[in-house]
Amino acid sequence: MKRRVVVTGMGVFSTLGTDVEEFYNNLLNGVSGISSIERFDTSEISVKIAGEIKNYDPEKYFEKNEAKRLDRFTQYALIAAESAMKDSGLDLDSIDRNRFAVITASGIGGMETWQSNHKILLEKGPRRVSPLFIPMMISDIAAGRISMKWDLKGPNFSTTSACSSSGHAIGTSYRTIQYGDADFAICGGAEAVITDLAIAGFANMKALSTRNDEPQKASRPFDKDRDGFVMGEGSGMLILEEYEHAVKRGARIYAEIAGIGFSGDAKDIVAPDPEGDGAKRAMLAAVADAGIKPEDIDHINTHGTSTPTGDIPETLAIKKAFGDHAYKIAINSTKSMIGHLLGAAGAVELIGTIKAVQTNTVHPTVNLDNPELPVCDLDYTPNKSVKRTVNYALSNTFGFGGHNASILVKKFEG
Amino acid sequence: MSVEQRVKEIIMDELGVDEAAVVPGASFINDLGADSLATVELVMKFEDEFDIKIEEEDAEKITTVGSAVDFIKKQLGE
Repeated sequence: MKRRVVVTGMGVFSTLGTDVEEFYNNLLNGVSGISSIERFDTSEISVKIAGEIKNYDPEKYFEKNEAKRLDRFTQYALIAAESAMKDSGLDLDSIDRNRFAVITASGIGGMETWQSNHKILLEKGPRRVSPLFIPMMISDIAAGRISMKWDLKGPNFSTTSACSSSGHAIGTSYRTIQYGDADFAICGGAEAVITDLAIAGFANMKALSTRNDEPQKASRPFDKDRDGFVMGEGSGMLILEEYEHAVKRGARIYAEIAGIGFSGDAKDIVAPDPEGDGAKRAMLAAVADAGIKPEDIDHINTHGTSTPTGDIPETLAIKKAFGDHAYKIAINSTKSMIGHLLGAAGAVELIGTIKAVQTNTVHPTVNLDNPELPVCDLDYTPNKSVKRTVNYALSNTFGFGGHNASILVKKFEG
Repeated sequence: MSVEQRVKEIIMDELGVDEAAVVPGASFINDLGADSLATVELVMKFEDEFDIKIEEEDAEKITTVGSAVDFIKKQLGE
């Protein structure tokens, strides 16, 4: 029998805060976390902006010796995981840790570690490549590290599907609890690829905005003057828990995960299906999985990347999936403020979606001054947050390779 | 700085241990909290610091603070 799954803890590490309340208030207020890149010299690269976490000091969170052995993405993952754990109020000594899954995501993994060791290889030769290169770089290591930190011994792995990676991690965690393979899961994603190599790669694909003089206006999903996405970084982690257990222990329940939908485009290595068919099927699969009707959806947190090729198909997908009801849905894009966190995007954005369902507020899509008409004529919550009842919401993530994941959040009324 | 002192500082930095723990008889793995990868890293640091080459069969024998100091001194002809 399928079991119900609720969210009882959330943690975020982002440009807009390291506390969920602070993060969500900043989203509601339309604050932008985009700025000029300071971490490396951008003079030879066309892109000079990102959602870069400034003044990060690993030693604030880790022993110096420990920090040296953790790639930045794993550090972000552990910090967000710690917040989510604390937030859940779970007493780990009172539960069976063999029933605690850890399913995290990263689109890329330890890019900084990869680069620094490759530099050593070229400059000093293979004998100097660190024995920690591989275990620091592999994208699943965050899941391993989290399990070791709290001695969590249930299902443990990571998912990789580019920008939809954490959508798949959370969706898979939901299924894992739903079908009884675990009672708890810590799930989400972490990404840290604001490096010269990664930015150069994305820039040369023409995927990134070059609005370098106005960083805070660069990410403008659904606006006709959008010119690409803005790289972001950080981590979001959630604690999912089997419903009966959460109720029994008197947990604070943010919301219920009520359905998931996964699909593939089978079209192009980077561009989404121009007709949005895969995205449409993912959203409708989540609606069907939850046993509700398309008309029940109040809010959609889009993938909304601000790329010329992404926003139109997603809009078309919403129209095809929801028909006339599409115009009544409060739609937004978190990327307008924090940029695109790749494999962490799904988790960080789902945290905002869950807060929307919990608080009946919808954060804005900032920089939406001139919607890309005639296609983009939905209610994208332009520039100002709104209060409205949100009983059911979807959060979308789509990834290079044609991967689509949609997570359905249901209001919890205890 | 003496070889002993330089070795000690590398170990303190790599393993994050206090100076008092870094005694000649201390085993990297059993006493100083190193894992197998950390011992490989330590040997690399010794190679860099003293500009010497430590072959794998020698590296396997460097398991304590004292054995590291002795090996390095021998390599340096001290």
